[in-house]
Amino acid sequence: MQFQITDQEIKPESLRREILRDVSGAYVSFEGWVRNHNDGKPVNGLEYSSYIPLAEKEGMRILSEAKERYRIEAAACVHRIGSLKIGEIAVWVGVSAAHRDAAFDANRYIIDQTKARVPIWKREAYLDSPAEWVNCTDDTPG
Amino acid sequence: MKIQIEYFALLKEQRGASIETIETKAATPEILYSDLKRQYTFSLEPSALKVAVNEDFANWNHSLEDGDTVVFIPPVAGG
Repeated sequence: MQFQITDQEIKPESLRREILRDVSGAYVSFEGWVRNHNDGKPVNGLEYSSYIPLAEKEGMRILSEAKERYRIEAAACVHRIGSLKIGEIAVWVGVSAAHRDAAFDANRYIIDQTKARVPIWKREAYLDSPAEWVNCTDDTPG
Repeated sequence: MKIQIEYFALLKEQRGASIETIETKAATPEILYSDLKRQYTFSLEPSALKVAVNEDFANWNHSLEDGDTVVFIPPVAGG
């Protein structure tokens, strides 16, 4: 079980090897990519920042919860910070389990909880308007 | 008492600094944020924030002690 914030490029192949288990018959991975639009606005690039000690602590809690809720063998999540370009991987979640149902469910749980709870912030740079901290400009955070 | 405050994201931008140590009489994070919001005209309402004391989530009415580190956490947007 590992939850890591990194300023380095995310390399799924090496991360995948970390959660290979002889008892696992299923592996599910999720990659979150930087896309070129959000809310109808063309996006030029992203900057992520994090309160790292708390992010990694809360992330480990999420992985432990996933292990308690689903019959999985191993899980890991890595989130990148710093400046990212279109198409780069912002977040990677991998889960291995004896069977696929638990692997799919646990992966979904981990990415959903990570997005909702882990102190990571995203500043989007737009092609045609000033950069914004996502979720921080409206009265109703989404 | 002395409290260290770390700022992130929009709060860091509006404060123009990422870390500072202040002398304060604020007994709780709730009072502390209300003071800082007035001083630096932060746009985020406390209802949009969470608070952490000494690297873990805390309640808004947590009793602050000398030397504590406080972080106000703007709405997160990972993924």
